[in-house]
Amino acid sequence: MNEAAALPAMRSPLQRLSSVLYLRPALLLFLLLMPPLLWLGVIYLGSLFTLLAHSFFFLDEFSGVMVREFSLVTWRQFLVNPANWDVVIRSAVMAVSVTLASALIAFPIAYYMVRFAGLKLKAMLYLGVMLPLWSSYLVRVYAWKLILAKEGIVNWFANTLALGWLLEAILDIPDIGGPSLSTSYLGTFIVFTYIWLPFMILPVVAALERVPGSVIEASGDLGANPGQTFRKVILPLAFPGVVAGSIFTFSLTLGDYIIPSIIGKSTPFLGETVYRLQGTAGNIPMAAAFTVVPIVIMGIYLSLAKRLGAFDAL
Amino acid sequence: MAGTDPTPAVSFLEVSRRFGEVRAVDKVSFDVADGEFFSMLGPSGSGKTTCLRLIAGFEQPSSGHIKVHGVNVEGVPPYERDVNTVFQDYALFPHMSVGQNVEYGLMIRKVPKAERRKRSEEMLALIKLDGMYARKPSQLSGGQRQRVALARALINRPRVLLLDEPLGALDLKLRESMQNELKSIQRQVGITFIYVTHDQGEALSMSDRLAVFNHGRIEQIGSPSEVYDHPSSQFVASFVGQTNLLEGYLAQRLGGFPATYAVRPERIRILAPDAEVPAGMATIDGRIDTVTYLGAASRLEIEVDGGRLMVVEQNLEGGTMSTDRHVGAPVRLVIERRHIQAVAESM
Repeated sequence: MNEAAALPAMRSPLQRLSSVLYLRPALLLFLLLMPPLLWLGVIYLGSLFTLLAHSFFFLDEFSGVMVREFSLVTWRQFLVNPANWDVVIRSAVMAVSVTLASALIAFPIAYYMVRFAGLKLKAMLYLGVMLPLWSSYLVRVYAWKLILAKEGIVNWFANTLALGWLLEAILDIPDIGGPSLSTSYLGTFIVFTYIWLPFMILPVVAALERVPGSVIEASGDLGANPGQTFRKVILPLAFPGVVAGSIFTFSLTLGDYIIPSIIGKSTPFLGETVYRLQGTAGNIPMAAAFTVVPIVIMGIYLSLAKRLGAFDAL
Repeated sequence: MAGTDPTPAVSFLEVSRRFGEVRAVDKVSFDVADGEFFSMLGPSGSGKTTCLRLIAGFEQPSSGHIKVHGVNVEGVPPYERDVNTVFQDYALFPHMSVGQNVEYGLMIRKVPKAERRKRSEEMLALIKLDGMYARKPSQLSGGQRQRVALARALINRPRVLLLDEPLGALDLKLRESMQNELKSIQRQVGITFIYVTHDQGEALSMSDRLAVFNHGRIEQIGSPSEVYDHPSSQFVASFVGQTNLLEGYLAQRLGGFPATYAVRPERIRILAPDAEVPAGMATIDGRIDTVTYLGAASRLEIEVDGGRLMVVEQNLEGGTMSTDRHVGAPVRLVIERRHIQAVAESM
C-alpha cells in the first residue's frame, strides 16, 4: 500500500506547522517558555547579579567616584558600622512582628471564610480582602497617615471614649511609641500589617480549603474536643499556608521603603537606606551591600519554609 | 460475646431532622440490638446518612429522642459519645503516619505511649497491615486506607461503630472481599455495627437486620430474607433486588385482586407452552421478547397479556426444561401463589 496516499491531500502550511508541534511537544514547550525564560534569566537575574557585583567595588574617598576593581572595602565598611546593623535588625524585627500579627489576624478570617461562610458571603469576603489591592498603594498609605495623625480619627475616637490616656500610655512605651501614632514604630507596624494582610489571608484560605470537613469531624469523633482538633489537625494542615503567606508578608515588609518613609520615625529601614545610598548619597557599592542583606535573610527563610512544607500549598 | 446487653445499643424515638423546609429524617423510630450488624439501606437523599450523623453527634435532632445504650444523648457533642465512625472518604489525617492515625483516639485520651504502640500494632495485625506503621496514608491503596479508617475507629473499643458507605469507593472485587472481612471482624470484636449503604446486595449479605429508607422515613425493618421475601411496599420491592410489579389486569389475573403485587424474577418458572400446570400455581402464557446472558443466570423478558414479566433463570447444565430459550419462542410461566406478594403503595 502506498503510505503517502493515506495522508490528506490538501494541507496548508499552518496545518503542517501544528502537526509538527503536536508531534514534538518538547519543541512547543521550548518555544512557549523561551521568552519568559529570557526575561527572567537575562533581564531580571542578570541585573540582580550586576547589582550584587557592585558591592565588591568601592567608592574613592576623595573623589567620590566608584572604583571598578574587586575589593572587600565596601563590605568591611558595612560590617564595622553598628548603625548599619541597627537598620538590619530594625527591619528584621519589624518584618517578623508584621508577619506574626498578619498570621494571627488572617487565620480566623480565613477559617471563617472556608468553614462557615455561605457561597455569597464567601464571595463578598474574597472581594473585601482583594478590593484594597485594586486601589493605589500610596493613596492607602497616605490615608493611614491621616487616620493615625494626632488630629486624626484614632486620636479623636480615643478622646471621645475618654480613652485618650490609654493611647498616651501606649505612645509613651519606649521603642514602639512616639509623639503620635503616625510618627511611631507602632504606626509603621499597623500600616504594614494592613497593607500586607491580604497576602497572608489568601494562602491560608487555600490551605484550609484543602482540609476536608470529614477530617475535622473524624477528629471529634475520635474524642478530640475542638481545642485538641485545632492543635492536632487543623493547625498542622493549615500551617504550610501560613508559612507561604509569611513569605509574602516577611519579604514585602523587609524591602519596603515607602511605608516607613511616610509613617513612623525618621530612623531608616533597609529599603529606605538602599534608596538613599543609591540616590542622594550616590554610594552604589554600599547600596548593593545593603541589598544583599534581605536576599540572604530571605534565602535562609525560604529554606526553612521549604522544610516546613510551605510550597506544597502554593 | 455480642448480644448480652438487653438494652438496645441505639434507639430512635420519633426522631426528625429538618434542614430548612426539607425533612431529611421524618419521625423515624427503631432499635438496634447490642452486638447486631444493622444496615440502613436507601437511595441517596433518603435520610440514612443523616441518621448516622445523628447517632455520631454531628447533627442534632429537630425533635424526638436518641438513646445510645439507654442514655439520652441530646446535647452530647461527638467527642463525648462512645461511638466511632468510619467515614465514606476515610478521612485519614494526611499529616500523620498510619500508626499515628490508628493511635489518634488513644493519644487524645492520654494512653501511655508504650500501650498505644502495642494496641495499634495489634490493630494493624487484625486488619492485615502489619509493618505499615510508619507509612503515610498517601502511600496506601484505597482498600488499605479503608482498613486503616476501620482500625482507627475500632481501637477505641466503641460500643457502637458507625460505617458510612465504607466500601463505596472500592472496586467490585475488593468490595466483595472487604464485605467478608468486615463481617468477620464484627464477629470477632462483638461491637454493634451500624452500616449505611445504597447497595442492596451489600445490605442483604452482611446484615442481621436492615432498615429500608425512603424520603426520610423507614419503609421496612427486618432480616434480609424478610425484607427480600416479604417487601412491605412497592418501593422496598423494587429497591431491594429486582422485582416484577403487577398492576391492573396482570394483578387481577395472577393475584386474584385488583391490588399491586410483587413477584421476584427468579420465582417465576418457565415451562413448555403445552406443559401441565401443577396444582396451586398461577400461570400465564407468553413469548420470549429478549434474552440477556448474565453468566451464572439469564434474564428473560416475557411478553404476556397486559404487560411484560422479567424472569431470571439459572444457567444449569443442560437446563431443566426442554423449551428453547430463543426470542419469539412461546412459553408458559408458572408461579407459586405464596411468591406473589401484595405490596402497599409507596409514599
